[in-house]
Amino acid sequence: MKFAVLVFPGSNCDIDCYKAVKEIGADVEYVWHTATDLSSFDAILVPGGFSYGDYLRCGAVARFANVMNEVVKAAEQGKYVLGICNGFQILTEANLLPGALIRNNGLKFRCHQAPLEVVNNENPFTREYAKGEVINIPIAHGEGNYYCDEATLTELQANNQIIFRYAADSNPNGSIDNIAGISNKAGNVVGMMPHPERAMSEILGSADGKRMFTSILNAWREQHGTTING
Amino acid sequence: MKAKVYVTIKENVLDPQGVAVQGALHTLGFAEVEKVRIGKYLEIDLNTASRAEAEAQVKEMSEKLLANTVVEDYRIELED
Repeated sequence: MKFAVLVFPGSNCDIDCYKAVKEIGADVEYVWHTATDLSSFDAILVPGGFSYGDYLRCGAVARFANVMNEVVKAAEQGKYVLGICNGFQILTEANLLPGALIRNNGLKFRCHQAPLEVVNNENPFTREYAKGEVINIPIAHGEGNYYCDEATLTELQANNQIIFRYAADSNPNGSIDNIAGISNKAGNVVGMMPHPERAMSEILGSADGKRMFTSILNAWREQHGTTING
Repeated sequence: MKAKVYVTIKENVLDPQGVAVQGALHTLGFAEVEKVRIGKYLEIDLNTASRAEAEAQVKEMSEKLLANTVVEDYRIELED
């Protein structure tokens, strides 16, 4: 299985994502935003940062980079797409995920560990967590306040598209229904504000993010009939 | 032709910056301030003489890029 880590001008979590995939022993390559072919990859990581300086709106310009046409194709083919932080903002701007990320309600850039409730673990991205488990994953954002209209929220709830919520009244940004991460209807595209790639080792505060990457790897292996490493 | 585009946060979406500025204005003694909304203002020079064409183009630009219509509204003004 091969992961792509997209790199836009202003991405700054690309190296962390790359190393997180290396850490679980899978193949990974950086892919520049001008690329026009993602056919050799099985999973696409859209990393955090400040693509194009967050000019106009977070993710608004990155969404029109050449590589995004290929991300849309990959998503349609059922490949796994994970957008983290700025990557989540890019995926909503690209209409691969519903809703939008707006300014934190407290206006502050929030950068700290956040307890997350795993709401849906029947998903290629979260299958190695227990449903309802609270995991510790850091956040670092100024525009992570997830917003969607009531009809969309009802749909997200009904289709089990809410993957993570901020646990125990810890909502750091005012997001609707305490949402920290969602999936598309098909479940192969996930966006989340917290950074699992920064939670790969206890020494750095938490290793809870690691199971997200092993979930993706093992989901793919199961789907393709190869051996699952524990 | 010059287009002016005003992008504002939808009425039903919280504008935390507007709320903060409103609070600051109250602190300054402007007690009559009831609401502040912060938005964006763009000036676009267009190489076209046709008003209808300009309007259609800027509307498309607004829908595609200038505004995120999930959370923002936009208004266009054209000047010859």
